[in-house]
Amino acid sequence: MIELRVLSYSHDEERIGFTDPPRATPRPINIGERAGMAMLATGAFAFVICGMAGVRRGSWPALIASFGLITIGGCVYYWRRWAGSTPGIKHDGNTFNNVQTRGLWAWGLAIVITLFYIAYYWYHELKAIGMPPVLDGTIRLVDPLSLALRGKPADQWFMYSFLYTLAVLIFGVRMVMKYRHNRYHLIRTASVSFFQLGFAFLLPGILVALHQPDHYFTYFWPLSPQPLWPGDGYGFGAGKFHALADKGVMGMFILGFSAFMFLLATPVLTYLFGKRWYCSWVCGCGGLAETLGDPWRQLSDKSTTAWKIERWMIHSVLVAIVLVTAFLWIDYAQSGAITGTWAMPLRKVYYFVIVQVFAGVIGVGFYPLMGSRVWCRFGCPMAAALGILQRYFSRFRITTNGGQCMSCGNCSTYCEMGIDVRGYAQRGENIVRASCVGCGVCAAVCPRGVLKLENGASSEGRYEGVGGPLPQLVHDLRNPPVAQQAEGPARIAQTREGTR
Amino acid sequence: MCHAAIIGNGIAGITAARRLRALRPDWRISVISGESRYHYSRPALMYIFMGHMRYADTKPFEDRVWADERIELVRDWVTEIDVAASRLRLHAGGTLAYDKLLIATGSQSNRFGWPGQDLRRVQGLYDLIDLHTLTENMRDTRRSVIVGGGLIGVELAEMLHSRGVHVTMLIRETDYWRNVLPAEESAMVSRLIRHEGFDLRLETRLAEILDDGTGAAWAVVTDRGERIEAQLVGLTVGVSPNIDLVRDTAIKAGRGVLVDESLRTNVDNIWAAGDCAEIVRPHVERNLLQQVWYTGKAQGRVAGEAMAGVETRYEPGIWYNSAKFLDLEYQTYGDVRPNPRDGERHLWWEHADGRKGVRLVCDSAGVFIGLNTMGVRYRHEVCEGWIRDRRSIDDVVAQLPQANFDSEFSRRYESEIAATMREQTR
Repeated sequence: MIELRVLSYSHDEERIGFTDPPRATPRPINIGERAGMAMLATGAFAFVICGMAGVRRGSWPALIASFGLITIGGCVYYWRRWAGSTPGIKHDGNTFNNVQTRGLWAWGLAIVITLFYIAYYWYHELKAIGMPPVLDGTIRLVDPLSLALRGKPADQWFMYSFLYTLAVLIFGVRMVMKYRHNRYHLIRTASVSFFQLGFAFLLPGILVALHQPDHYFTYFWPLSPQPLWPGDGYGFGAGKFHALADKGVMGMFILGFSAFMFLLATPVLTYLFGKRWYCSWVCGCGGLAETLGDPWRQLSDKSTTAWKIERWMIHSVLVAIVLVTAFLWIDYAQSGAITGTWAMPLRKVYYFVIVQVFAGVIGVGFYPLMGSRVWCRFGCPMAAALGILQRYFSRFRITTNGGQCMSCGNCSTYCEMGIDVRGYAQRGENIVRASCVGCGVCAAVCPRGVLKLENGASSEGRYEGVGGPLPQLVHDLRNPPVAQQAEGPARIAQTREGTR
Repeated sequence: MCHAAIIGNGIAGITAARRLRALRPDWRISVISGESRYHYSRPALMYIFMGHMRYADTKPFEDRVWADERIELVRDWVTEIDVAASRLRLHAGGTLAYDKLLIATGSQSNRFGWPGQDLRRVQGLYDLIDLHTLTENMRDTRRSVIVGGGLIGVELAEMLHSRGVHVTMLIRETDYWRNVLPAEESAMVSRLIRHEGFDLRLETRLAEILDDGTGAAWAVVTDRGERIEAQLVGLTVGVSPNIDLVRDTAIKAGRGVLVDESLRTNVDNIWAAGDCAEIVRPHVERNLLQQVWYTGKAQGRVAGEAMAGVETRYEPGIWYNSAKFLDLEYQTYGDVRPNPRDGERHLWWEHADGRKGVRLVCDSAGVFIGLNTMGVRYRHEVCEGWIRDRRSIDDVVAQLPQANFDSEFSRRYESEIAATMREQTR
């Protein structure tokens, strides 16, 4: 009765899965993409020549030939890549692409980024123990820009900030082209690009030119703890509070701004809009994750085990930063009377382990292996604090549209925070999770229009499913009304009532 | 201990198993499927092929759930139901005795007896077996013909197109899915299909599939006598209940397995749910045959309750469905016919870009009975409420903004829509 074709089917979908189907014709690469790639290659070549040649002083022609061409080439490439296509979801081939599926290229890229971070963070220390001055040429390359903006030659930090901003902008173009059918993504990408370029690159540069304290205005305590740590601002992982307090009006403004953002703006904005106002609209780490990190967002682990690890880790870091900060202030107030000599090593360890290794090296270096939000999900104390606010004191939720979910899994797959969005959607429940950064990609990739990011009138009623008989149905599936209880006519009647 | 066996691990079978487990913690529950070890989302087949998701991503529950809920998963095909002995014969694993049985075997792709329909490289798209076959058939495929203008047809077209295969679609109707969609929606989808570069042949039927001499397809001939080269022929002309297993048994079947409103078959301890079930209702002439994900889920729940012995009844409720044609999302709620019935009024708004549209339908008394949206997302609960409460069309037009479910910052067209609709109702 059953066809032989069916009975003889023996494919192991669990072990082998479904592989890359052959292509009839290679994807045509248009002239714009070719031009973009040519410019990228030329720029990269110029970069290698200038960077490796160890130029003593940068020049505008060298800067334009290298980073200028890389930027324009990258933007042109991503612009033309999707310009001719119908606006919509562009995820064809993601699960077959070596660099997006932890293949050899992904590992190579992860190693390169990681090595770059190590070289850059501990450049002076590593040079002191014999590493060749590999970054010198690159730093000199950006001299002209540094001189124009800040009135002094570039250093490794300026070079890093420059590269970071370029990555956000180039991959921001990619993001805009990829999601151009969705205005939420257009505006959000414009926002992260604006804050990175304006508040984390140009503004700090201008402050330096005006002989004011250098400060990134997109980071606050507890993510960037130094301005609120006591200290004079020199040395590794040093506190900057007193240094800023001595810097006149601008220093006081920065301190006031940091305190205001942390104490007042954060809770209010999170109540109104959820943690997304920061994590996927303003934050620099989020900005990079939402642009450069987008190709790898699907690599986040969706298991409940990962969720458990996430909650332990991120809240531990939050506790750690609170304790370290409190400890440093007690130490300062008591002049070490109770705390002994522990203050210095403590802040150095926190700075090294959390700020440098976790946020930097792992946070970005592991994009191609663990997805774009490793730091944001497992380590960021700001995200932890915002998450607690979002979970309990916010109007924000992702609404599920009645019974329309057909469990395809696009939402969960493309959730960079590893939230099993589908788990909620197929039960018809709203998604109210501490970790959700409100990037909106789940709603965009949903082929049935099931998800919507919303700020409700208040934080009430977020946990209820949104109408229709199916949500109730699925809810009951998970919460058996008569489980483990003796049955009887009355009990059955009650069940029937209860499931209506 | 009571043993409940469920044939099929699709949405109906799995929903029934979990509902039954919730109601009967001490029963033994087995789910039998030869297709896959675990339940996966069938509508997601296309995304596996196109590389949006891995197979593993399409499983709605973590693997550990089945052990946690003590639902035994049997990877085998049931080849025979021995109703008298309450026993299933399995292809590989001997026999399995049951006390209660649920048949949730889903559908089969239709084939209408075309010459050449059993050739290699001729296939439908329904399950993992088809997906596996398709991946193999892709080798040396440059051109394809898809027969049938429905949801699966356009999905298959999109899949093949994503791998650079040329697609010709043969559609019997005057426009894409015109037997379900009203003219404007139908035309909109047809336009998009053509825009994507597919060769859309309307009012054209398949006459014959030609053998290349090795038992594989190489071309099709249409009823107009045209010959179209195709190394792959997709037959996507709808599905029928998969009732192979109940033929020649005491279980009664019509088009599907015949069941009453509590999804019980004519045999005492056997139920059927989902695509394969045909529901006979008292005082309703037409039997109910529903073959979409949502109804499978709702029927699965009822079947689980019925098997547990709880008094229950499947109530179809207000119809809804949704789909995505290429990049165009579609939702429908209530009763929207392809052509207005007597006295019915269809109000239609279409955006100038030709990629968005909203249709409101009311009966002769001006009572709102259903709507379609194209490229716009509306809220299920709001639309359902309007239909349930029998709101007047004027009320609905006035309250359209409440229904919008598009992303934040999306452009809203409700005032434009309302103006257009008011003009049409005047």
